[in-house]
Amino acid sequence: MSTSDKKPLPEDVVGTTGHSWDGIEELNNPLPRWWLWSFYACIAFAVIYAVLYPAVPLKSGATPGLLGHSTRAEVAREIERFQEANADLVARLIEVELDPEVIRADADLYNYAVQGGAAVFRTYCAQCHGSGAAGVQAAGYPSLLDDDWLWGGALEDIYTTVTHGIRNEDDPDARWSQMPAFGVDELLTNDEIAQVVQYVRKISGQEHDAALASDGEEVFLYNCASCHMDDGTGDRYQGAPNLTDAIWLYGGSVETLTETVYYARFGIMPSHRERLSEADRRAVATYVHQLGGGE
Amino acid sequence: MAILEKHKILEKNASLLLVFSFLVVTVGGLVEIAPLFYLENTIEEVEGVRPYSPMELEGRDIYVREGCYVCHSQMIRPMRDEVERYGHYSLAAESMYDHPFQWGSKRTGPDLARVGGRYSDDWHVQHLRDPQAMVPESIMPKYGFLENRMIDPTHIADKLRVHRMVGVPYTDEMIENAVADFNAQIDPFSDGADGLLERYPGAQVRNFDGKPGISEMDALVAYLQMLGTLVDFSTFEPHASR
Repeated sequence: MSTSDKKPLPEDVVGTTGHSWDGIEELNNPLPRWWLWSFYACIAFAVIYAVLYPAVPLKSGATPGLLGHSTRAEVAREIERFQEANADLVARLIEVELDPEVIRADADLYNYAVQGGAAVFRTYCAQCHGSGAAGVQAAGYPSLLDDDWLWGGALEDIYTTVTHGIRNEDDPDARWSQMPAFGVDELLTNDEIAQVVQYVRKISGQEHDAALASDGEEVFLYNCASCHMDDGTGDRYQGAPNLTDAIWLYGGSVETLTETVYYARFGIMPSHRERLSEADRRAVATYVHQLGGGE
Repeated sequence: MAILEKHKILEKNASLLLVFSFLVVTVGGLVEIAPLFYLENTIEEVEGVRPYSPMELEGRDIYVREGCYVCHSQMIRPMRDEVERYGHYSLAAESMYDHPFQWGSKRTGPDLARVGGRYSDDWHVQHLRDPQAMVPESIMPKYGFLENRMIDPTHIADKLRVHRMVGVPYTDEMIENAVADFNAQIDPFSDGADGLLERYPGAQVRNFDGKPGISEMDALVAYLQMLGTLVDFSTFEPHASR
């Protein structure tokens, strides 16, 4: 190897910083070029950004920037863009007669209502009625899949229930009825409650004590029949459930029925009048109607 | 260069370096933090926002204690999909009386900024007791024990005072009536209910868990039911500079 092939020492090429600690010196390497230029580019970007976008906070508002960008305006624009895209369908949905046959006749509209209604349902209804609309058994959240409706299963009825809710204080048009607390308010004695519970077990086709049940019939006719009807089939105008089928809102066991008669129930559904648009309410009603139980 | 020569003095003197580093960081702090205290537009003024009623405040403390913020945010971002799912995007003013704020940064559960009024009280109680009974796919822990923990409101006025120290405009009247207001919020027919509503407009007054006494469940549900309900967005006009 000749001496001319020898690589020059780094300190001979770039020199040192002149720092020397215990004889250890520091090379004065230049910054990597890519790094240096990225650094300059960032500074340039910051300046350009500050000119184009809102940047410097002043006393009563930030400098607006040449582009006039605003996050709020952007979200408003974005919402408007989708509203415009759906404007025709929404207008048709708002005007259409609330009759499933009429809506179904317009395939585009029906598809929009069911798909849009499904999205609304998942956001607003699923927490109580379940993501599959089967409700929460024995907790007072009715299944929307079956034919058993408390307040009516026609499209118009479902729409009204969605819009105003049930027994809430926020909406004067909410559906309203209240079962008396027969035990708490001492309208019935404990014996009478035991009798009427057995009678309800009887008319719903469950195992029951025949003697108590036959005494319970009179109790039922005097106290319950005005809402639940003489035959116990309920009354949708008052949201009084049908007691003769096997479908229970809170449960059909002796314990649960006794609790229901003693304390009464007061299930609440919120009003969606202000929470959802007219079109959304109609869409979700259409969706629920076609789940299986719609009338 | 001469200035680099002078810089060597700093590099060789640790204490001096510390002092000057502190000065540099101070400049950053002054530029970034100090303006927030005098700028008029930091928090947009919005009608309807008021300090928490004593019971809501108590509920908020339970919310913080139980770490609800770890899984739930309270901040609806200005994006179309969020607005469609949760409602109007959050305004700074809506959390101006939060110390500390509950915006959160992770959504294992849904955002709660506008959960108020969305479900019934019963639903909240049943759901807190056993979330999976209401929403089978939920992974939320059970909080049924809150029903059995009664709240002793003796120190509620002190709590209001502390919040006043950090800038929440609780009046002397509010602090004086703190215990009465706390007790009145579960009974719409009590003597104190009118005073409570006068001091805290829009407060919801009822027995939230349906049981006698004021449990932590009552307070938490009272807090949840007021979240996001104070501003009337049908009349809200966003400020032009936003």
